[in-house]
Amino acid sequence: MAIGRSAVMAPVPSKLYSDDVSLLMVLLDTNPFFWSTASIPFSKFLSHVLAFLNSILLINQFNQVVVIATGCNSCNFIFDSSSVPANPNLENGRMPALCSNLLQKLEEFVTGDEKLSKEVLAAGIGSSLLSGSLSMALCYIQRVFRTGPLHPQPRILCLQGSPDGPEQYVAVMNAIFSAQRSMVPIDSCVLGAQHSAFLQQASYITGGVYLKPQQLDGLFQYLSTVFATDLHSRRFLQLPKPAGVDFRASCFCHKNTIDMGYICSVCLSIFCKHHKKCSTCGRKRQSSLEG
Amino acid sequence: MNDMEHRKTNNGEGRRLDGEEEEEEEDEDEGNGRGLDAWERAYADERSWESLQEDESGLLRPIDNKTIYHAQYRRRIRSLYSTTTTARIQKGLIRYLYIVVDLSRAAAEMDFKPSRMAVVAKHIEAFIREFFDQNPLSQIGLVTIKDGLAQCLTDLGGSPDSHVKALMGKLECSGDSSLQNALDLVHGYLNQIPSYGHREVLILYSALSTCDPGDIMETIQECKKSKIRCSVIGLSAEIFICRHLCQETGGSYSVALDESHFKELLLEHAPPPPAIAEFAIANLIKMGFPQRAAEGVISICSCHKEAKVGGGYTCPRCKARVCELPTECRICGLTLVSSPHLARSYHHLFPIPPFDEVSLSLLNNPHQRSSRACFGCQESLLIPGNKPNLCVACPKCKQHFCLDCDIYIHESLHNCPGCESFRHSKIVSVTEE
Repeated sequence: MAIGRSAVMAPVPSKLYSDDVSLLMVLLDTNPFFWSTASIPFSKFLSHVLAFLNSILLINQFNQVVVIATGCNSCNFIFDSSSVPANPNLENGRMPALCSNLLQKLEEFVTGDEKLSKEVLAAGIGSSLLSGSLSMALCYIQRVFRTGPLHPQPRILCLQGSPDGPEQYVAVMNAIFSAQRSMVPIDSCVLGAQHSAFLQQASYITGGVYLKPQQLDGLFQYLSTVFATDLHSRRFLQLPKPAGVDFRASCFCHKNTIDMGYICSVCLSIFCKHHKKCSTCGRKRQSSLEG
Repeated sequence: MNDMEHRKTNNGEGRRLDGEEEEEEEDEDEGNGRGLDAWERAYADERSWESLQEDESGLLRPIDNKTIYHAQYRRRIRSLYSTTTTARIQKGLIRYLYIVVDLSRAAAEMDFKPSRMAVVAKHIEAFIREFFDQNPLSQIGLVTIKDGLAQCLTDLGGSPDSHVKALMGKLECSGDSSLQNALDLVHGYLNQIPSYGHREVLILYSALSTCDPGDIMETIQECKKSKIRCSVIGLSAEIFICRHLCQETGGSYSVALDESHFKELLLEHAPPPPAIAEFAIANLIKMGFPQRAAEGVISICSCHKEAKVGGGYTCPRCKARVCELPTECRICGLTLVSSPHLARSYHHLFPIPPFDEVSLSLLNNPHQRSSRACFGCQESLLIPGNKPNLCVACPKCKQHFCLDCDIYIHESLHNCPGCESFRHSKIVSVTEE
């Protein structure tokens, strides 16, 4: 945190990392349950995203892009622009190495993710593991911070389509607060039909941009006009303002989203109904207090 | 994590012979101690001989700070985890804390540079911010002791800035110190708070004596009866009456050796103490989670009675508009909090287990090729020369992590990336609980 700030404030001795060099962590939702119902096919979505990633790398030669796939059973790093192996076999004349590299890794990941899903398919889980990919992205960003006072300015972009998984509530919140402490903004682009309360809070708390595009056909335009600018230049732009943030919590007992509830005074657990005993800390209630 | 790193460099500063790679990351510390000339630095800070050790051949080597630091950190994590599991995650998360600052004659002593008072003020500021970060629904009040009298500087409140401002404006010291007057004053205030709150006093005591109007033992018993947990951090030497006070009321007593030790002792009071859970009565409190209104909407807020553009929150019960959270609705009296406020403290409830150190032979196992890179940051776990570095593994998901990620995960993230990114391991962990 301190390092990040000093890199902005102090005159940077080397021209290498000026304040407009970014590290973009892209969290790509690959949940098949979502993409089978989405308004645009996954392949079309990918072509928008790949064009966007290429344009980020073109804006500044020192820009770095890392892509993490968020599956419904696992998460993994699938692309890192700082460590693209020079593999001439992948350069087949039709596609640049960046794309073929990413697509190959993505395919491996999706098939692996699918294999895992056979065991839990019966459960019918519609959410993807946002908490996992957020945690991995934050660990990676900490590694960049460790390299010294000169480093690219990191930010996280979530391309999320699947609905929120209430069971991830605590983990996602932990990740959001950690991002806030290290001053890493979380931008979110919601592709699904519903707003995501997790990502609304994430972007609001960390100072990122939350956007739910109306027309997914023009996704590349949304991405390049809203999410391509570096953190320094954002101050001069009129970026979309949040249209209200859903600050409701999910209760611990039924994982419902509630706007009024009972809080245990010992452990701050949230319950939707009045219980005799707190299930988290095991304390018996004496009476209920209003207010 | 950078917080951590900062603390590390501050603590270890001067106590080690810097390796070259450490030089780089400490650039930000310039001007702190490094900018001073040798004769300006305090003798006690400069114990460079302590950071040397003799190796087998009799040569002097700088101690490998990273491994030592990490070992210390692991010991702390392990002891923390064992206390939380045995005590069944009962923590006082709604705390009402009075900080008593001793501004008697003794606070002007210059054994801490530039003076005890200045050092105390500097670190209280950091402490207050850390406190509210870790205890979002708690409140702090400030009391000073001067000329044998205790004076309330700020009432209990949840805004860090107002406390810091009030304290900085009152930094003068004179006269004697009086423990009893301070305790009496705080006792009066803390008796009024709701029964579910945890009552605490933290006394930062510079003096070596106390000048009291009556029997202090009676006051201590009063505090004990009201279940006020009193803790003292001394700046000079251990005093019997302070130890007695802390023992009776269940607090902790410590005496600071130097500035960095003082900072450490003070920050230990920021996380909620586990032992005081039995003190307060458990209750269910009804609260509302208002939604934030869209930017650009004009409405009249119920707290200032003014028309405001944008921002603001809507009470879920009576739909009145309030400006700030947490607060109490002026119209229907419902306590309004935002769920992120509560969520800030959930990592106290669901701590991640300490990671196990992984033996090096396991890493050499060809079947585990994939685990040669840290699962979190993707950094190779092999140091140049293809030798395995020290690393740790999560006992639940068995993923490997580097030492830096281990610290970051336990100190700041409070999530295990491995457990979070595999659905099946998650199901197992849920059924275990």
